[in-house]
Amino acid sequence: MIIVPCPNCGPRNSGDLQNCGENISRPDPSTASLVEWREYLYMRENPAGWVTETWYCRGGCRRYFTIQRNTVTNEIRGQEAS
Amino acid sequence: MGKRPPKYSAAALVKHGLTRGDWPRMWRRPEMRDSYDVVIIGAGLHGLATAYYLAENHGITNVAVIDKGYVGGGGSGRNTAIVRSNYLTPEGVAFYDRSLSLYKTMANDLNLNIMFSERGHLTLAHTDSALRTMHWRAEVNKLQGIDSSVIDPQEVKEQAPSLDVSENTRYPILGALHHPPGGIVRHDAVVWGYARGADHHGTHIIQETEVLDINVEGGSGPGGKGAGGKVTGVRTTRGDISAPIVVNCTAGWASLISNMAGVPLPITTHPLQAAVTEPCKVFLPTVVVSGSLHVYVSQTDRGELVFGASVDPVGTYRVNGTLEFTEELAGHVLELMPGISKMRLLRQWSGLCDMTPDYSPVMGFTPVEGYLLDVGWGTYGFKAGPVAGETLAETIATGRTADLISSFGIERFTHGDLVGEKGAAAVGH
Ligand SMILES: Cc1cc2nc3c(=O)[nH]c(=O)nc-3n(C[C@H](O)[C@H](O)[C@H](O)COP(=O)(O)OP(=O)(O)OC[C@H]3O[C@@H](n4cnc5c(N)ncnc54)[C@H](O)[C@@H]3O)c2cc1C
Ligand SMILES: [Zn+2]
Repeated sequence: MIIVPCPNCGPRNSGDLQNCGENISRPDPSTASLVEWREYLYMRENPAGWVTETWYCRGGCRRYFTIQRNTVTNEIRGQEAS
Repeated sequence: MGKRPPKYSAAALVKHGLTRGDWPRMWRRPEMRDSYDVVIIGAGLHGLATAYYLAENHGITNVAVIDKGYVGGGGSGRNTAIVRSNYLTPEGVAFYDRSLSLYKTMANDLNLNIMFSERGHLTLAHTDSALRTMHWRAEVNKLQGIDSSVIDPQEVKEQAPSLDVSENTRYPILGALHHPPGGIVRHDAVVWGYARGADHHGTHIIQETEVLDINVEGGSGPGGKGAGGKVTGVRTTRGDISAPIVVNCTAGWASLISNMAGVPLPITTHPLQAAVTEPCKVFLPTVVVSGSLHVYVSQTDRGELVFGASVDPVGTYRVNGTLEFTEELAGHVLELMPGISKMRLLRQWSGLCDMTPDYSPVMGFTPVEGYLLDVGWGTYGFKAGPVAGETLAETIATGRTADLISSFGIERFTHGDLVGEKGAAAVGH
């Protein structure tokens, strides 16, 4: 079980939320090339270690927020609304 | 080399039984050289099959298969061993069907009983949309000569009498996709057979050796890696190896290896859990899958029920079992087969799966010369092992992408030309 701290609802079982994956900066759709856009859509670092990622509080306040999670231990630190 | 590995025969069994002599080792523990023609990272089914076909079909034997752990310690030793070819896209169907035909002759080809039980495969539909997808798959399958058809609940009951096909359940069974050529195979035997075959041709299987970096020169990224570069070898915990060709067969760890070459992948790593019950009298004659209920089940020849589910929703490299999995599994299995409520689970385990956005693999050449991919196997890489090895070996030996994998290249993500296999691969096994 992974306990995820929602800034609004407090600690929740990860099953109540949705993991939206690692944060990547979104290129400007009006200027991005197709290649840049598709890299943004599909390519991931998928690191073994600390990753900054977005969660959606699906079963609670329905807000998005960012945390850092260690993908090897599932330890979590830091948390801010996004 | 050339000659076949020693036979496992009834005569050999009697002889070893009487003399109590040691069986010959299936593969050696060779000293690692400092250069090879081909270095394959990952001694799972895919790495070993590739090595075997490189030697067997193309005479390329100056090859090392390197693993940080032991042979078959990744997904290849943890899967639920289901094989089938009733996929959704024409590319997928042709590819998986070739794998099934390699499985059919494998016991002979590798001279090892891989216990292929061609017992048929049922994918249940509990909703109209699922039933529609089953019809779609059946038509695609038939066009390519695959034995696959949609059957109604009564016919489902004939195939698997223990299933509850009444209308009073929470998720009534509306029909199923029936695929008689599907079945299960002894997964460890397949891995060992390829390892023994490759070793016999002179290929080096190097265990307990971790690849720490891939050496690339002339690339456009940091450190000369990435697009436009050329592979020169790998750095391992036992020293450097120079090699003009390096192949990534590391499934759940694929991104970590590919990032070493500066080739990012469209992959996230998720654990997939499975579980097995105590053995009981054999009552389940076929493989049963329910996509809507996120569960599948088959019974081994020893009588244990083997269960699997969908991948854990949170991507992680941690492979611990969870209570969520067992709880959901039990609930859903009892929905399908209320009769087994007294059976006890013996074990549960978990392995890493390399999930792609379109549920198809990523294979072949990359923007780095000499660096090839055989990844993105998600939850379906066991059935694909033989054909992946065969086509990748052909690609390496000829320098040309084999026809069967031409739509699985990494460039499909830049071209926006995905091979959407979700309707046949999510929880499909
Ligand atoms: C529970 C479960 C059930 C499954 N059920 C099915 C099924 O029914 N049917 C089906 O078709 N598929 C199934 N799969 C998927 C299938 O098991 C995998 O897709 C397949 O085994 C992948 O094989 P592979 O050889 O590519 O990778 P693996 O067998 O995972 O081997 C990768 C190897 O790479 C090694 N490695 C990683 N990093 C390094 C490094 N840095 N240096 C050296 N070596 C490294 C690892 O030690 C590992 O041995 C299932 C998977 C799981 C987890
Ligand atoms: Zn919340």
